[in-house]
Amino acid sequence: MKNPEEIFELLKNEFKDIIIGLEKESPTEPIVAIDPMQINKVGLFLRDNDILKFDSLMVLSGVDDANGTKVKDDDGAEMISGGTLSVYYHLHSTNLKHKITLKTTTPRENPQVESVYNIWRTSDWHEREAYDMFGIIFVNHPDLRRILMPYDWEAGYPLRKDYKNPEFYKGMKVPY
Amino acid sequence: MYQFLYDLIGNEILAGLLVAVVPLTIILVFALFGIWLERKVSAHMQDRLGPMRTGWHGWLQTVADLMKMLQKEDIIATDADKTLYNIAPVLVFTGSFAAYAVIPFSSKLLGSEVEIGLFYVIAISSLVVAGILMAGWSANNKYSLLGAMRAAAQIISYEIPTALIILSMVMLTGTLSLEKISQMQTSSFWNWNIFGGAVFGLSKFLLIPFMIAGTLIIFTSTLAEVNRVPFDIPEAESELVAGYFTEYCGMKWGMFMLAEYGNMFAVSAIIAILFLGGYQSPIGYLGNSIGAQWLIPFEQGFWFIAKGLALVFVQMWLRWTLPRLRVDQLMTVCWKYLIPFAFINLIIIGIISLI
Amino acid sequence: MALKTETMVLNMGPQHPSTHGVLRLELEIEGELILSVKPHIGYLHRCFEKHAEAMTYPQVIPYTDRLDYLAAMGNNFGYVVAVEKLLGIQIPERVEYIRIIMAELQRIASHLVAIATNGADIGALTPFLYLFRDREYILSLFEMTCGARMLYNYMWIGGVSHDIHPDFVRKTKEFIIHFRPTIVELNNLLTFNKIFIERTANIGILPIDTAINFGASGPVLRGSGLQFDVRKEDPYSIYNRFDFEIPTGKGLVGTVGDCWDRYYVRVLEMEQSLRIIEQAIDNIPGGDVHSAIPKRIKPPKGTVYSRVENPRGELGYFIISDGNLNPFRVKVRAPSFVNLELMGELCKGHLVADVIAILGSLDIVLGEIDR
Repeated sequence: MKNPEEIFELLKNEFKDIIIGLEKESPTEPIVAIDPMQINKVGLFLRDNDILKFDSLMVLSGVDDANGTKVKDDDGAEMISGGTLSVYYHLHSTNLKHKITLKTTTPRENPQVESVYNIWRTSDWHEREAYDMFGIIFVNHPDLRRILMPYDWEAGYPLRKDYKNPEFYKGMKVPY
Repeated sequence: MYQFLYDLIGNEILAGLLVAVVPLTIILVFALFGIWLERKVSAHMQDRLGPMRTGWHGWLQTVADLMKMLQKEDIIATDADKTLYNIAPVLVFTGSFAAYAVIPFSSKLLGSEVEIGLFYVIAISSLVVAGILMAGWSANNKYSLLGAMRAAAQIISYEIPTALIILSMVMLTGTLSLEKISQMQTSSFWNWNIFGGAVFGLSKFLLIPFMIAGTLIIFTSTLAEVNRVPFDIPEAESELVAGYFTEYCGMKWGMFMLAEYGNMFAVSAIIAILFLGGYQSPIGYLGNSIGAQWLIPFEQGFWFIAKGLALVFVQMWLRWTLPRLRVDQLMTVCWKYLIPFAFINLIIIGIISLI
Repeated sequence: MALKTETMVLNMGPQHPSTHGVLRLELEIEGELILSVKPHIGYLHRCFEKHAEAMTYPQVIPYTDRLDYLAAMGNNFGYVVAVEKLLGIQIPERVEYIRIIMAELQRIASHLVAIATNGADIGALTPFLYLFRDREYILSLFEMTCGARMLYNYMWIGGVSHDIHPDFVRKTKEFIIHFRPTIVELNNLLTFNKIFIERTANIGILPIDTAINFGASGPVLRGSGLQFDVRKEDPYSIYNRFDFEIPTGKGLVGTVGDCWDRYYVRVLEMEQSLRIIEQAIDNIPGGDVHSAIPKRIKPPKGTVYSRVENPRGELGYFIISDGNLNPFRVKVRAPSFVNLELMGELCKGHLVADVIAILGSLDIVLGEIDR
């Protein structure tokens, strides 16, 4: 059973530059930050290594960090430009009973993260939901389409902080 | 009965019509009563009350439902095959109604005195399959089609054990006429066919276990013929919405329901005649003991309806207790269990009847 | 000359008598054999996560009720445990005992619905009525406490909304005495019924590795043989003081991990919940249930992921706070969302009638899938 600092040391030794750092400011658990396009390798190592054995992905969530600059749009609405979107992974091992939190950050304008579909099948629908709600493209996901919103929703990604509801969807008035 | 009415009225056509009308009223009244009975039986088994407001304890509920159904708009899907769609309920109802022509309700109340009553019943109730297939196909709905295919497979397969058991009874009693089979089981319940029939000697006792097995087999297979749980895959509510009558509304759906209840009573009546003594009373007749001979047909009618209703009650009881079987398990039960047993039953009864 | 055959696409559409809510299953079938199942969800999406960002922390609690509306106490529990971890406050003993009793009662009520609807889909319509009658006792206990039968808004951050009624302990004990024979009757009527076993044994077999990889939790995971319960793995509240077992599927009448095992795990879990309630009901300490509720809830900046054992599985709340009165992000990890992904895997090679049995054994609620 390892604590997050030890796991971080192990990962740093193995992957060197891909691991960006360990964030310790939250009151609960430290978070390991990882480069978004290399997360597949790290995930495989985490799952298959005998000391770590993280065989279960508990949750994968997208977050809008809202750390860009606020600019005014043509209609006077506030948009955020620049800044980042993040994806948080919470892993846990059923045998060795330890947990770890991973985080990747991608730029808001072209958010791309490598998919972990082939490592943990849980991520199938979680990644679809992160794509649906935030617009994060998961590279190598076999079936990336919207899951909660209608399949042909064109008005953006709802959980971003600067999302505005469209006036009409297929002739129906949206805000009522 | 035709002779009696003809003597009374003198007109052939009118007498013939009346003879046809009597079983029709019986089937309609029974359907009315049967639906109410089912709702009350199911309610009391499930710890609730059922219909209570329309009439005393809700006995007019079916009448109310009937009036509602008559007023409904008859919606037909655009791509449905209209001719077949309209004929299908008629066929299904006819198939089950026509069986009543040869069932003797008492020694005087009999629709038509044919010598081959049993054969006719088996043949005419196969009309139901054609009706069901038409209903499923013409509704232009995948659910209906699935339900109709399953129903057709089920009914056709389960006709075989039914026919085998009926064959063994025919072998034993030597006649195909339902009237004669009822008459043969007179004077006390020990003479009923389930207890070996009106014969004396060793063969009677040898027959008893096989007769009981035969009753159980025919009861199970007729349960499948009328699409009741545990064999109600064709109308499985939770899987196929309503199976082959998904797309029917109003009175056409009412015809399917009528046909189902009519069928239930018809097969119960057949089992009662074949095994439980038909319209004979188990304890002797009141009319005989007080010297009123005209009372006897009424008593016989009463006993017959009581036996039929008891079997219908057992059918309803099973419906609300057991889960339903899956389609391939249904077929397994028929082809791997019921048919071999019915066949062995037939052979052994044949051997015993030679003794 | 080969016959041209086509497979049929059957839509078990959003409105269907037995798909437990608005779920669309696209089945590709060949005769009665299933080739693939694709679930389509999103019909009940009510933007819970976006709403949560616009409200203060206590205002989110009624919205969490409506996620898994059949186990509302568990949803509340998960949320307040997560926020209390962020705040780092201590909860009075009385509140902890009351919360556990309510959560276990809710577990029994939710499993009753799951078992009843599972039976009703298979065709056994009578246990449905009997089990709902027993659920009424539990709902009247809840109504006595907080006034609501189904969506309670009961567990608040730092305490509970109302103290228990003076008659609550006596009535709960009466319920326990009344309920034990019901489980015996249920076993006689449904669990060991030959036809029910034929319909559910050896159907939808889920091996352990697949279950863990897909992230299954709750009775779905335990039915495959793994003894994993969040109440023992990651004890929250005061569960470590109570003595209870974790039932797993053992393949009594079929293979380990089939539909019957998942169903039987639920029946056994109800008994274990009764054990916990019995241990807790006599020992509720005194005190004030409102004493630890803070006036203004402004957690420090940080993230927390905490999970509780809901009747349907592991319910997780991932909360990010940025120091304001409103949460910055609330993400709900719904157990049914993850369990529903298994449908495609489990239905391969079975018949149309088995889809219903498998769906009933996974026990999903669309409220928490779509949020």
